[in-house]
Amino acid sequence: MKLAFFGTLGLTTALSTGVMAQTELSMWYHGAGNPAEREVLVGIIDDFNASQSDWVVRLQEFPQAAYNDSVTAAALAGNLPDILDVDGPNMPNWAWSGYMQPLQLSEDAIANFLPGAIGRWQGELYSIGLWDAAVAIFARRSVLEENGIRVPTLDEPWTGDEFNAALDTLKATGDFDYPLDLGMADQSEWYPYAFSPFLQSFGGDLIDRETYTSADGVLNGDAALEFGDWWQGLFQNDLAPGTSQDMAARETGFLDGRYALQWNGNWTALPAIEKYGDDMLFLPAPDFGNGPKIGAASWQFGVSANSDHPDGATAFIEFAIQDKYLAAFSNATGLIPATSTAAALTENYKPGGQLEVFYELSAQQGELRPVTPGYIVMSPLFRKALADIANGADPADALDAATDAIDADIARNNNYGF
Amino acid sequence: MALTTRRSRLSTALRYALLVAVALVFVFPIVFMVMSSLKPDLQLLRDTTSFNAFLPVGDISLDNYFAAFRRAPVALFVFNSILVTSITVAVSLFLCSMAAFSFVFLNWKGRDVVLAAVIATLIVPFETIAIPLLLVVNNLPWIGPNGLTTGWLNTYHVQIVPWIADALTIFLFVQYFKDLPKDLVEAARIDGATWFQVYARVIVPISGPVIATAAILKFLAMYNQYLWPLMVTQSEAFRPVMVGLQYFFQLNVAWGEVMAYLSLITLPVLVFYLALQRAFIASIASTGIKG
Repeated sequence: MKLAFFGTLGLTTALSTGVMAQTELSMWYHGAGNPAEREVLVGIIDDFNASQSDWVVRLQEFPQAAYNDSVTAAALAGNLPDILDVDGPNMPNWAWSGYMQPLQLSEDAIANFLPGAIGRWQGELYSIGLWDAAVAIFARRSVLEENGIRVPTLDEPWTGDEFNAALDTLKATGDFDYPLDLGMADQSEWYPYAFSPFLQSFGGDLIDRETYTSADGVLNGDAALEFGDWWQGLFQNDLAPGTSQDMAARETGFLDGRYALQWNGNWTALPAIEKYGDDMLFLPAPDFGNGPKIGAASWQFGVSANSDHPDGATAFIEFAIQDKYLAAFSNATGLIPATSTAAALTENYKPGGQLEVFYELSAQQGELRPVTPGYIVMSPLFRKALADIANGADPADALDAATDAIDADIARNNNYGF
Repeated sequence: MALTTRRSRLSTALRYALLVAVALVFVFPIVFMVMSSLKPDLQLLRDTTSFNAFLPVGDISLDNYFAAFRRAPVALFVFNSILVTSITVAVSLFLCSMAAFSFVFLNWKGRDVVLAAVIATLIVPFETIAIPLLLVVNNLPWIGPNGLTTGWLNTYHVQIVPWIADALTIFLFVQYFKDLPKDLVEAARIDGATWFQVYARVIVPISGPVIATAAILKFLAMYNQYLWPLMVTQSEAFRPVMVGLQYFFQLNVAWGEVMAYLSLITLPVLVFYLALQRAFIASIASTGIKG
């Protein structure tokens, strides 16, 4: 009896010592309020915690809209977790601000990842994403064919002239409120994410990526002015609803047949397929002279600068980027898995899957937003310039103003380390 | 005579029509919110272009409410907000009214300067002091069930203590107390009452309207807190309703659930307002009337 008692005591002590030996890693994630995403993430964490005896990850979730402010406040208070996730274009700012430290993942571990899922800053890897997102022109095959408009392909996208001609043709039918919906109602990061690729396709950009120290000549150069005139023409010629568009029109206009084409993301693709079935097309961005381009980079995992356990945090991230988890995330959220091998495991992105085209769009046309800490300042300035131009401001003046403000911010911050 | 009566009736009818029109402007958003909370997203969005937005038509159900509870710990958020708001309002009314009492009825050196300084803080936006305040509370000690700890983040008291002293509440009480007859205080003092007895037994019992007004304004301000709790509550366990609202803004916004959540979190505000409505209106009605 005594032997059994002490045996049990010894076993219990040994087990509890084993549990206590696990070092706790705190993790923050932006997905609060998304039960499907939470289920997958909690599953990964449970698997990781059970797979080894050194680390135990504890999750703290935040709603996306409040996440960045929470991280900034926590950084001020010296209260950052070990593992955090970061929106791709914000990563350079967080790295530059000292919120994050380089991620010690081998190049082999991320060799097959989509470019948009890899977060590098100043030559070092800081973050890695489990997924990416992509934008396409939503269209109906029947509408294009009825109006004699060529269906573009990834290899042969519309040229700028073809795209403009298609819009004029669709407008002339009188069947639609507008031939194109750009999503002007969504005055958030959508503007730079979705519309700066048009500028880049014209040959302009938000900043000179050779030096990252000035926007002069690229955001207000000839190519940018050409883009600005084209952009303004869309609204002056009633080819697209402007900034007064409401979210209800954005969300129902294409599905109700009031817009012929829609510039939208893969996360809204399934309802469109449900509505139009085989008639539904997801078309590549038009090529305005410098290649067809779409935005890239979504949320990614990284290690905070405060972490005392970067090895544990890295071990978790390396565990989380296995194909089976990328596929699970994709199946739960509809987003694009970060590797082709994971895509093959998913319902929507496998060969023949109904969203397969988005993987290729992401791989072939994805263009990172400027990889600089100053992007968080550029983003609202570019958004304002686009809105002003759409509302009738002189494109040259609007782009000059944005350029001056961006350059002033860069100078104020000593070129952000470039 | 008949013409005068007819004109008077017409005037009354016009006045009521105008009042009804103004009332509708305020009621319609609430009706829209509640009706939208009962509809599926696509129908909700389509109805926004017609009067159907204000009617319980189409595919009506409570599905959005059930979905809202699945998406976020709604009851926890409401509990947190009510707890933080109730304690803050109660303590704030007590302390701010006592401060106002001392500004109005007690004579002490520098009283007017201090009052002016307190009221001057009304023009300082919270955003300008948010970060310094965060750094301060992050280093403050606290004695609680876990003994002496440092740092107030992720607690209820970090959402309460910084909001107890409030210039607007003090100002409201000061203005009200100034209009009270001084004879009451003097009579009580002659009868031997202490200052606290004068405050508690003479002034507070006749201050119902200003207490109601200050309580409602403080309640609304606290219940609608967003930035401060966002900065100081990283743990879901302490989050209030306004931070919880962000749970519903995903890539594809579930508008029906947003409306259901908003309808739910509006209820405590309505209940609180209705409970104090009579005194609040009395306070508004007496504004500008000198005693």
